[in-house]
Amino acid sequence: MQLRAEELACNRGGRDVFRGLNFSLPAGEAMVVTGRNGAGKSSLLRMIAGLVRIAAGRLALDGGESDAPVAEQAHYLGHQDAMKPSLTVGENLQFWTEFFGAGRHAVEPALDAVDLSLLAGLPAAYLSAGQRRRLSIARLVAVPRSIWLLDEPTSALDVPSQKRLAELMRDHLAGGGMIVAAAHGPIGLERARELKMGAA
Amino acid sequence: MNALMALLVRDMRLAIRVGGGALMGALFFLIVVTMMPFAIGPDLALLARIGPAILWLGALLASLLALDRLFATDHEDGSLDLLMMGSLPLELSVATKAIAHWLTTGLPLVLIAPVLGLMLNVELHAMGWLALTLLAGTPALTFIGLIGAALSVALRRGGLLLAVLVLPLTVPVLIFGVAAANAAIVGPAPFGPPFTILCALSLASLVLGPIAAAAALRHGLE
Repeated sequence: MQLRAEELACNRGGRDVFRGLNFSLPAGEAMVVTGRNGAGKSSLLRMIAGLVRIAAGRLALDGGESDAPVAEQAHYLGHQDAMKPSLTVGENLQFWTEFFGAGRHAVEPALDAVDLSLLAGLPAAYLSAGQRRRLSIARLVAVPRSIWLLDEPTSALDVPSQKRLAELMRDHLAGGGMIVAAAHGPIGLERARELKMGAA
Repeated sequence: MNALMALLVRDMRLAIRVGGGALMGALFFLIVVTMMPFAIGPDLALLARIGPAILWLGALLASLLALDRLFATDHEDGSLDLLMMGSLPLELSVATKAIAHWLTTGLPLVLIAPVLGLMLNVELHAMGWLALTLLAGTPALTFIGLIGAALSVALRRGGLLLAVLVLPLTVPVLIFGVAAANAAIVGPAPFGPPFTILCALSLASLVLGPIAAAAALRHGLE
């Protein structure tokens, strides 16, 4: 299984953000997307997630389990946490777990994985930024999807949580998953390809 | 199916909890209808004659009230991105959100309308018919409003734009809703034809609303 992009171009608001982008990412590997602000790191992630239209080129997941579009085999962790303050931590995670087609039984272990099981009954409004971030990471753990798209995944996380995230990412890669992360600094993976954007 | 149920339950929970809009519409409806007799004066015959129109107009405005938040909150916290990445067609997710919205804001209007009818001197036997026209017509209001909500999702102050976009489209619903209610209460025109058209409007918007709204969302989020 590999994620492959050929001559990918992105156009937003009439302006070319990037064009002629090529990369391929085999299963079990991670790719860190770097580049200055506005180089199109986030746009690339959102494009793989199916949220930004592909202006030109091709994006495909070769040898995937099904014919489903790439977006339906990917998790997107953006700058926003997609958690509702008036629902409890458990209810928030349970909703996304069920919405993405996994069973309710996946919720508990996922909360455990990000050390939030003690707060399961608390409304999400009372969580700190870092805790909310961990709750959205729990979503990736609860529902198996092969591509993780992480936009600045370590932002708002303290050092122990960053280590925990790195462990979860290593587990995901070991299970044959792929990670595409946009970052300015190291994300805690020793072995990752790098895609420099805005270099041309 | 599980995913749709999860979305339905989540949206209803959000509407009922703190900051949700479930009771806002019903309260607004109550206030508008209560103020009306004060403005018109104590002419009971006149009130009875225009009662159905006032109830329908009140329900129309009340059902628009919470509609602008339908997608806006999900857009602001990033939930909408994830809803679009689900394996369900966006049309179905959008329709489910609309159903949850109707159950928490449209249905309460139908339920309190008979009580408000008392204030407008609508006769007791007519109350049931009036509520029936609202039951048949308010889904059309929600599902037409859905399109406006999807179009104005990315705008910070989309509420007014939503009203301007949606209200003209709801004119047929208003006409046939009031016509059916009047037919049931004062006659002499039969109740059947306007009521059937009202049902047809609801069914058509049930199908077209989600398709148009999903297209608007896909286009608007670029």
